[in-house]
Amino acid sequence: MTMIHKNEGLRAWLLSDDFSSPRHARAHKAYVSWLRFSSNPLAFGGLLVVVLLILAASFAPIFATHDPLAQDFAKALQPPSLGNLFGTDELGRDVYSRLVYGARTTLYITILVTVIVGPIGFVVGAAAGYLGGWVDMVLMRITDIFLAFPSLVLALAFSAALGAGIENAVIAIALTIWPPVARLVRAETLTFRKADFVVAAELQGASTARILLRYIVPLCAPSVIIRLTLNMASIILTAAGLGFLGLGAQPPLPEWGAMAAQGRQYLLDAWWLTAVPGIAILVVSLAFNLLGDGLRDVLDPKHA
Amino acid sequence: MSDTEVSTTMQDNRWLWLLEALHKLVTSVAVILTTLFGLLVLTFVIGRMVPADPVLAILGDTFDQAAYDRVYQDLGLDQPLYVQFLHYVQNILHLDFGQSNVTKNEVVDDLARVFPATLELAILAITIGTVLGVPLGIISAVRRGTWIDHLARIVGLMGHSTPIFWLGTMVILIFYAGLGWIPGGGRIDLYNDGLVEGPTGMLILDAMLAREWEVFWSALHHILAPALLLGYAAMAYLSRMSRSFMLEQLNQEYILTARAKGLAQPSIVWKHAFRNIRVQLLTVVTLAFCGLLDGAVLIETVFGWPGLGQYLTAALFYADMNAVLGAVLLIGLISILINLLSDVVYRFVDPRTR
Repeated sequence: MTMIHKNEGLRAWLLSDDFSSPRHARAHKAYVSWLRFSSNPLAFGGLLVVVLLILAASFAPIFATHDPLAQDFAKALQPPSLGNLFGTDELGRDVYSRLVYGARTTLYITILVTVIVGPIGFVVGAAAGYLGGWVDMVLMRITDIFLAFPSLVLALAFSAALGAGIENAVIAIALTIWPPVARLVRAETLTFRKADFVVAAELQGASTARILLRYIVPLCAPSVIIRLTLNMASIILTAAGLGFLGLGAQPPLPEWGAMAAQGRQYLLDAWWLTAVPGIAILVVSLAFNLLGDGLRDVLDPKHA
Repeated sequence: MSDTEVSTTMQDNRWLWLLEALHKLVTSVAVILTTLFGLLVLTFVIGRMVPADPVLAILGDTFDQAAYDRVYQDLGLDQPLYVQFLHYVQNILHLDFGQSNVTKNEVVDDLARVFPATLELAILAITIGTVLGVPLGIISAVRRGTWIDHLARIVGLMGHSTPIFWLGTMVILIFYAGLGWIPGGGRIDLYNDGLVEGPTGMLILDAMLAREWEVFWSALHHILAPALLLGYAAMAYLSRMSRSFMLEQLNQEYILTARAKGLAQPSIVWKHAFRNIRVQLLTVVTLAFCGLLDGAVLIETVFGWPGLGQYLTAALFYADMNAVLGAVLLIGLISILINLLSDVVYRFVDPRTR
């Protein structure tokens, strides 16, 4: 059997809905979802940009043409050219290389915040929704208090108290992002709580933890994944806003928001210092929004 | 429900209804009080988290141990935390937010001075966002899949993804530095400054009241760019939400009935469907207003707009914690009040909640 035949056979096997095993059914579903996702050009474009961002962050030394921290005052504020793709800043550093390394900062903040926020949202939301009663009341009141603040203002207050720096920015953003996730998980949990299969598990003596982990969490997962992906766009914008106000990553570490803020002093002489990092923030945040929308169409058809 | 209808036939139901309304009122007041309490706890905790020593902030570099101890006690730092918290709440209730280390004014006075500027900006921005965003969303729902729907989607996506501080900087670069169409920042021209003072602190309104038209035009000229930018962010959100609300209504059966009766499209959309999404729209407009305060912090910094946001960022820069906490508390309070307001209006507009 040649390679092509084997692939065609695999394709047919994946596409047939005459399932031979649970594994087959799962593989079929994943493949069909992927086909649906990749047929949406906008979502696919978003995915490409995100993959590119991850590649740029992982292999920054390969992508970068210069040392992002190397200063050269003889070459300060040079406009974009072949030698310096996006020009140089006031210290003669290559803007393109700083942009590539800045991808690391952005990705670091985004991933860390998401990893912190996901479990907290799940625990708080599932506990409130499943246990109900006073647990629900207390947890939701706490959530409301955090929701009462506009998120950037709360993040500003926390960063101010904790001091500037990238780790503190992560904590500050995480503190402002978890409440909507908890709300979402709670709402989803409420719809499943009285379902027959949950009651059946309760009657069989399953523990609360088991019910939450094995029955509730997997059902909430698709909408939470969509929410977290869309959240990444706002995490990036909040992080950039904090960086812009000087509360994010500290120099000389390259961070897109801080780069744009610094460029403002030389706006009239060197527009690229502000324009380029801003466009990078825009493109990446747009990509996460498109990716989230695309995932919603595939994973959660009822809300599409 | 009119009173005469109810009182004759359903006396009992009326009492029940009153009782229920009272219960609802008590619950929502309790919710607001706990949220306010939480707000105070949160700002108190943030204030205590600051690594800088508040005593040193007052004394500076030169002091002896006795002076240090005296200030330490004056600030109540030797008391247990819950006593400190009670003091804090007491001070807030007396509108004492402490003194700003930078401006040397009482923080309350500073806030009262800068707040109208932000309010003016935010009101204009939410008006722009609502007037443009809601019709755009509704039209794109009605004409689903046409060019206007795609346009609305692009506008919405860009609004969600653009860093507003960057957009503001680019607008200054192009329209101020390049074309000279807008002023470079601030609230008013230098030679018009101080001509109109009070009663509201909102320059445009005050100038109209005082019939100082030159001041009015100058103020309008200055507010245009920041208000449009903030309004754009609100518009992106509002158009997206009103599109999905409208789509939901248009799929209902009563719309089908209205079409079967031969009603014209505008009448179906505006008299039937729109009436049913008003309440939802009100909620998202208030949410947009709260979100707008976020953008205001950044836009005010970019445009040198002397409002709450710029005050907050300046205070952050100088680690002036009294001022930071005062501003944060005020913004939290505004958000709670706006949500309360939307809740009250909600009850009036939506008969199902009565």
